[in-house]
Formats: sequence, structure tokens, C-alpha cells
Amino acid sequence: MIALVERHPWRAAVVTVAVAILLFLIFAIWPAWLVGLIGRKKVFLNALFNGITLGGLYFLVASGFTLIFGLMRNVNLAHGSLYLLGGYIGYGVAEWTGYWLFAFPVAFIVVGAIGILMQVVVFRKMEGEELRQTLVTIGLSIVLADLLLWGFGGDFFNIAAPSWLSGPMETFFVTGVKRSTGDLIFLKYPLVRIVIFAASVVVGVAMWLMLNRTRVGMLIRAGVDDRDMLSATGARIQLVFAGVFALGAGLAGIAGVVGGTFQSIAPGEDIRFLLASLVVVIVGGMGSITGAALGALIIGIAEQFGSVYFPTYAVVLTFLIMVLVLAFRPRGLLGQA
Amino acid sequence: MASIADTAAAPSWYARIPLAWWITGLVLLFMPAFAGEFVLYQIFGWTFILGMIALSLMFLAGYGGMVSLAQMSIAGFAGYMVAIFGDSAITDISQGWPWYVTIPLALVLAVLFATVTGWLAVRTEGIYTIMITLAIASAFFYFTRQNYTIFNGFSGFNGVLPPQLFGVDWRHPVAFYYLTLFWAAFWFLATLYVSRAPMGLALQGVRDNPRRMAALGYNVTAHRVAAYAVAALPAGIGGILLTWQSAQISPGTAGIGPAIDILVIAVIGGLRHPAGAFIGAFVYVILKTFALDILVVLGFDGERFNLLVGLGFLAVVFWSSDGILGLWSRWRTSWGRDRLRFPGRRTP
Repeated sequence: MIALVERHPWRAAVVTVAVAILLFLIFAIWPAWLVGLIGRKKVFLNALFNGITLGGLYFLVASGFTLIFGLMRNVNLAHGSLYLLGGYIGYGVAEWTGYWLFAFPVAFIVVGAIGILMQVVVFRKMEGEELRQTLVTIGLSIVLADLLLWGFGGDFFNIAAPSWLSGPMETFFVTGVKRSTGDLIFLKYPLVRIVIFAASVVVGVAMWLMLNRTRVGMLIRAGVDDRDMLSATGARIQLVFAGVFALGAGLAGIAGVVGGTFQSIAPGEDIRFLLASLVVVIVGGMGSITGAALGALIIGIAEQFGSVYFPTYAVVLTFLIMVLVLAFRPRGLLGQA
Repeated sequence: MASIADTAAAPSWYARIPLAWWITGLVLLFMPAFAGEFVLYQIFGWTFILGMIALSLMFLAGYGGMVSLAQMSIAGFAGYMVAIFGDSAITDISQGWPWYVTIPLALVLAVLFATVTGWLAVRTEGIYTIMITLAIASAFFYFTRQNYTIFNGFSGFNGVLPPQLFGVDWRHPVAFYYLTLFWAAFWFLATLYVSRAPMGLALQGVRDNPRRMAALGYNVTAHRVAAYAVAALPAGIGGILLTWQSAQISPGTAGIGPAIDILVIAVIGGLRHPAGAFIGAFVYVILKTFALDILVVLGFDGERFNLLVGLGFLAVVFWSSDGILGLWSRWRTSWGRDRLRFPGRRTP
């Protein structure tokens, strides 16, 4: 840490100042001139929290995408369709059984099974032909999107969160001072979003641990680095491929349930989340889980702040970030050359 | 006798063109004599336009190895520029400049846009390029949808009409047919020419082995960016013609769906030869126009058009890496093979 600071004194100084400003903005009671400059603190904190939680959702979608890409060099453009499918399955299960939590394993297993099917039936036949695999995923996404439209219609579905998760939760972040009594006003935030964000952090940490601390993770990392060498050492690479595809697809399915609770699911959401995960992994770096987390956080926060502070071009802002990252780091922030 | 010897040594240029090309050309040239206005305007006009845009993708992907999903955005950009600088029903924004200013200006700006796109996209390779151009295409879509001062937001521009040049109404089916046919043929031949010109050959070299080309002293990045710039011209002209055909341009014209459609067209047709782009466009237009009837005949709901296209696309990609052209050449080699001399699946 100290060595890093000594090596880049200016960069360290800029980062320290930025962190200090951010901490001030989050914890301090805003003086009047600041409120006059950028609006009320409640709006700012809400945008920040919404951004972070949205980043959690983006991470869930993008981590599967980046995992599949990193190992198999397969850009799965049907990933958004898997997300949407997971959402619909989750809705069906939650409505049918009445248990919200039950929707997650079902979506994970069903969508993961479809992922295995895709890997075994389609992609194994065209191994090493990256472009053709990508084209096939485009075809699959067109077909899946139309089948889902056929099956579920064009309506919006919203998965209802259970009663113990609904309603706001009082946090310890101060938004202001009550003028009449002088009491502090604390931020209220929807509990379900906080729980979902915590869950995505747990998923991220679990994935990191699995990749870096277990035998399977070792196999996967070895496959990412040199696929041919790994299969030459006798590892059953096809099994690893199928497993990773199942995991990535299953994560997309879970993300669909989360997205259906967070927002809603409808035709067109597949493209939206496909694009979001594309941008996230381009910004964060292809094939890197940590990069996906960083990218998801950046894009989620940028999207929310954009929609609050300059609503017209909020969508364009995320692409602008992507272009900037590409211009200076073509492999993404944490991508390896 | 001397003439026979001469032709045997080097056949004249028209003798080297296969008979099928002559027939296709003549049929297309005399099409208005026997085809109705709907066929001329909707089917063939649209085929040529989509074919030109797919041709620009075919040029990049087939010769340059760069699959760009941004070609539809470049086409849409050129169409927007014509609407903005020329005439449209949105008189607040449209400048109303004459055609001989707006059309070159639109093309120049489209080339600039494509150059910037290419400059960003060539930093990446292979599948990364698809993703980055897809992201650029969607950025363009969202930007045009949100921007009201220049691009007139969600509704876009309507009433964008071609100029009344030489006293001809260029939106009349026959005139429009010949206009699109001319440009399609022009860009088809131009692409064939460029593919054998030094620049096209260097581009194919860059596709096959960038490191070796770099070692030979070619500037790999410059060739790739130049390919994007060149490919912007057929796409831009296609975009302008598309705008004139429907007399309007809106964000949906260059949305994510149409961008992927162009890729579908180019891949269905085949990325190896410029003809593939037009074959793919023809198949796509026929499907899009008649899918409703086909589906109803088969007993399905007419709305399942995308399912049909998606399954057809999957089938083509799954069985042939080179689209209809690839299937055709494979079928021809297997058909023309002497089974006694070359048994088995191997082609001689």
C-alpha cells in the first residue's frame, strides 16, 4: 500500500481527495450552499444507493456472461434471453407455490439445465469457431425471445416480494435536520433492495472463493489461461465447460428473478440486460469476475446518477463511459492483455 | 484463326463472365416489363437497399474479418443527415439545402462517423468487435431517441423525399427500382473490384495474418480503419435510399433489431462473396413480406415471423459456415463429382 502510494504520489492524492469528498457527501449534513448547488441530500443518497443495488443486479447478470466468455471464448448473446426466461420461471413458481425464495433454486436449475443443453447440443459441435458460436447465440436469442413472447405475451410481470421483505428500512445515514425540533432525519430505504444487494455480494464472494480456493476453481482458471494445455493434462475439459455454462446460465436465471422483483420483466428486457452486461464486461474487463463487479458498480451508479441529474442522456452516459475506457484501456479496467 | 488463338490465350472480359450472371443482369434490367409496382418498389427496391447495407458488412467481415453491427447505424446516420440538411416535414430542424449539397455532405459525415466507429472498434479483435459495435449501435439508437434538438427524438423525421431530378419522380416504382438497381450494381462491382485491388488484397492479408502483414510493413490499424471508412459509402447510400423509400427516418430504423437483421442477412447469404449480401437480402425481404401468409398456411399465428427468421438463421449457421452461397457451392461440388472415381465424402 505504502509502496503503491510512493510509486504514484499524484494518483494516490487524487484518489484520497475523491474518497474524502465522497465520504463527506455521504455522511455529513449538507450545508445550504451545497443543497442549492446540487439539490437535496436525500435525492443524492437515493441515487447512490439505487446505483449500488442496480450494480448488484448487473453483477449477477454479467458475472455469468464473463465467466462463460473467459473460459470458452463464447460470447453468449443469448444471455439476456436466459435472464428473461429465469424471470418468467421465477414469476410462475412464486405465483404457483407462494414462496418467493423457492423461485431462486428453480430458476437456477431450469435455466442452468438449458445452459448445459446449449453447450452440449450446439457449442460442442463448433468448438474453436468463436464467430460461428456467437452467430448461433444471436439466432438462439431471436428464437427464445419470440418463444417467450408467444408463451407469456407482451405484459409486464412483477414478482411480489414476500411481506417480511417489503416496506422501507431505516438506515443510519442522515439526510438532514428537522427544522422544528432539531432531530436528525435518517434515510429510509426499501429493505428488499438491501437484501438483494447483500445476496449479490454473497454470490460474488462465493464465486471468488470458488475460483480461487477450490479444485474446481483451479481447473477453471487453468482453462481460462490455456484450454489446450489443460485438456492435455487429462482434465475432462468438456465436463468443466458444461459445468461453467450451467453456472453462468443459472446465474442469469437467478438474476432474472431478482430483476423481476426489483423492477419488472417484459419483452425487450432481454436486450436491455444483454447490453448492460456487455457494457459491464467491456468496462470491467472480459473474463474477470472482479472486473465484472467493478464494471457493474460503475455502470449502475452512472445510470442512476444520470437519470437523476441529467435525465435526457442517462443511457448515453453509460456508453460514453465505455468509449472512454476503450480509448485508454482497450481490454477493460481489469482485463489482462 | 488468329482471333481464336487470341481468345484462347486471354478470353475477352465479357466472355469470362459466367452465363448465369448475364441472365441475372438481363432479368433485373428488364424487370419492370413484367413485374408489378409492388414487386418493383417493395420487394426489389428494399432488397437492393438492404443488400447494400449488408454488402458493407460483408466487405468488413468477409475481407477484413471484422464483424461490425454498426453498419445499420451508419446507414441510419446518413439518412438522418439527409433529413436534417435537406427537406422534411419537420421544418423547424430541416435546413432545406439543395440535394447537391446535402447528399455529399451526408455521405462525408457518414464516412466520418464510420471512421470514428472503426477507430474505436479496431482496438479490439474478433468477437470483441461484435460487442463494441453492438454497443455503439445501441448508443446511436438511444441518443437519437432522446435528442430532440437535432434528431427530433422518438418520432424522427417524416416527409423526406428524393429531389425531382431531371423531371423524374424518383419515388415512382419504376424510377426507384432503377435508382436502387444502379447503386446496388455499382457497389456490387465496386466491391468486387476493391477485393482485387491492392487495398482489398492487403485487407485480406490483414484478416488472415495481421502480425505477418505488420512485419511486411503494412499499417494494420490504418487498413482496418480505412476499410470502415470505405464500407460507410454503400451503407450510407443504402441508408439515404431507405429514408427516401419510406419517406421517413426514426430511431427505430437504426435500432438494435435492424442492426442484427443486417448481420442475419449477410450471414444467411454468405460472407465470402458480395453476391451473398443481395441473396440474403432477397431471402429476408421475401420472408418478411410473405411470412404472414406462409405461417397462416402452415397453421401458425402470423405474428411468429421472428421465430421463422431465427430458426432459418440457426439452420443456415448450424449447417454451413458460409450461408446460402456455401450450401450452394457444396451442393455443386457433390453433384458434379464423379462417384466412380471419387467415392466417399471427399471432394476431388
